[in-house]
Amino acid sequence: MSVIEARGLTKKFGDFTAVDAISFEVAPGESFGLLGPNGAGKSTTMRMIGGTSLRTDGTLTVLGLDPETHGPEVRASLGVVPQQDSLDEELRARDNLIVYGRYFGLPMDYLKPKADELLEFAQLTEKANAKVSALSGGMKRRLTIARGLVNEPRILLLDEPTTGLDPQARHILWDRLFRLKEQGVTLVLTTHFMDEAEQLCDRLVVIDHGRIVAEGAPQALIRQYSTREVVEVRFGSARNAEMEGVLREMTDRIEVLPDRILLYDDAGEALLDEINRRGLNPLTSLVRRSSLEDVFLRLTGRSLID
Amino acid sequence: MSDTGVMAPIRERLGRRPAQFGGLYAGNARAVIERGFRVIRTQNWGVIATGFFEPVFYLLAMGMGMGALVGAVPGPDGQPISYAMYIAPALLATSAMNGAIYDSVNNVFFKLRYSKLYEGMLQTSLGPLDVALGEIFMALFRGLLYAIGFLAVITAMGLVTSWWALAMIPVALLIALGFASLGMAVTSFMKSFQQLDLVPVVLLPMFLLSATLFPITVYPEPLQWGIMALPLWHGVELMRQLSVGYFDGETLGHVAYFVVMSVIGITAASLRLRQLFLR
Ligand SMILES: Nc1ncnc2c1ncn2[C@@H]1O[C@H](COP(=O)(O)OP(=O)(O)OP(=O)(O)O)[C@@H](O)[C@H]1O
Ligand SMILES: [Mg+2]
Repeated sequence: MSVIEARGLTKKFGDFTAVDAISFEVAPGESFGLLGPNGAGKSTTMRMIGGTSLRTDGTLTVLGLDPETHGPEVRASLGVVPQQDSLDEELRARDNLIVYGRYFGLPMDYLKPKADELLEFAQLTEKANAKVSALSGGMKRRLTIARGLVNEPRILLLDEPTTGLDPQARHILWDRLFRLKEQGVTLVLTTHFMDEAEQLCDRLVVIDHGRIVAEGAPQALIRQYSTREVVEVRFGSARNAEMEGVLREMTDRIEVLPDRILLYDDAGEALLDEINRRGLNPLTSLVRRSSLEDVFLRLTGRSLID
Repeated sequence: MSDTGVMAPIRERLGRRPAQFGGLYAGNARAVIERGFRVIRTQNWGVIATGFFEPVFYLLAMGMGMGALVGAVPGPDGQPISYAMYIAPALLATSAMNGAIYDSVNNVFFKLRYSKLYEGMLQTSLGPLDVALGEIFMALFRGLLYAIGFLAVITAMGLVTSWWALAMIPVALLIALGFASLGMAVTSFMKSFQQLDLVPVVLLPMFLLSATLFPITVYPEPLQWGIMALPLWHGVELMRQLSVGYFDGETLGHVAYFVVMSVIGITAASLRLRQLFLR
């Protein structure tokens, strides 16, 4: 049985349709990704799963319950890390964890050691008694993530969890998420970092304009929507446009980005040799394997890092 | 899959809750109140003190200053009383109103839109009703502190003459409850900070007209009826009667007005909870 099941899930703000009849299922213990450009409807979907945004249409069950009519019960099993930190600015860091645990109805004798453990995980032990307003952006993010774990959730909703984290903090989080996954926790996450999606997601959907445009495992999506290899060449902003015509002749699909041109081809090295043989002289060039970023570009026509 | 772990008993309790609450109430407003007291403990007391000093300053300026010009005025029972005695109970009623409106409109709107406090609360097992009840309780608690402080000041100044004045404290809470619950319902319709500016546009004339600083008999009769329909006038009259321990047939009417207003306010706020918290 799925832990999350959405059928025709729709959210309208006035006349504007933010989420347009999407359907998906998430299996227990799976880690499921929502990818999509800014404004695609990812956060709105996350909020509907937590029952904090009312859907306009469709059905949704989380652990077999409708989050709209059973919000408190559903959220008892949910850990929510929203895109924008919703920390309690009037409380200190440690109190944020304890008070948040109290909202779940958790007892103090559980929360005190738990808060210390989570502070350590967030590397905020020294800041335990600091006011939230005195924390840096990344520290607030870490505290928000730690807070989402206080009720030992079965499903963790992570909306761009690592935005604003330094590389070390990001790897600590990934490590923790892997361990939670081993314990059977279901992960639902959005991210704009494709390496993160490839690392963490068993399966993902790409959303654009509130609709699901592709679904599958990261590797399967890459095979389906991109070539095995990609050649990236730069000619400098002046020459990129004039090169487009020549390059388009050389392979099936190219993408012209503001700073570089991508050529999709299963045999990248051979293609690059050909480019050099013709004396096109790119300023820089490289051959790499296709990634989710290429899938994203193909499906949404937009580069992920806006 | 058997349910284990620290949340198991909580999930079990929430699962047994009657369905009519429709996911709005988890029976844990206590946690919101606990948070309120934790904030008060860490807050600097200056913030809290301002709410106390406002009516005191009014009393000093108007009661002492204007009072020197006005002299004695007829009290609720027709006996002459000093002008300060006349306005002190009215200022208590007004401060109960202002505090309640500030907490249920400005504060709630800010916490919804800007500080994201309620967003954080509602990511947990709390329901909107838990949040609303907890916040109204905290507003009433602050109102209680102000009322006690103000009553102590006016008692020390000799402006109350009856033990009935002690009842001004629960009455201040009743006034606050009426305004806070209705205020929360009104907030659910607010979309922008500009709309909040409309609140003083309503409250200030009500304060000036509601027999706070002079009797409403100065107005033509139709306007008097209009003022008597407003809540603050009932609060002011009730407080004034309590301050001297004089009651008449209207006393219960004033109390009933606020009881009805609170029932309507709580009902309206409950019906608007989804629109208020779950946008
Ligand atoms: N409260 C709201 N009122 C009106 N429109 C909204 C509201 N919340 C979101 N929207 C709109 O819904 C659309 C989807 O927003 P959402 O936050 O879900 O996007 P997202 O996929 O999370 O984007 P991002 O990657 O930028 O976080 C956007 O066009 C946004 O403007
Ligand atoms: Mg988002």
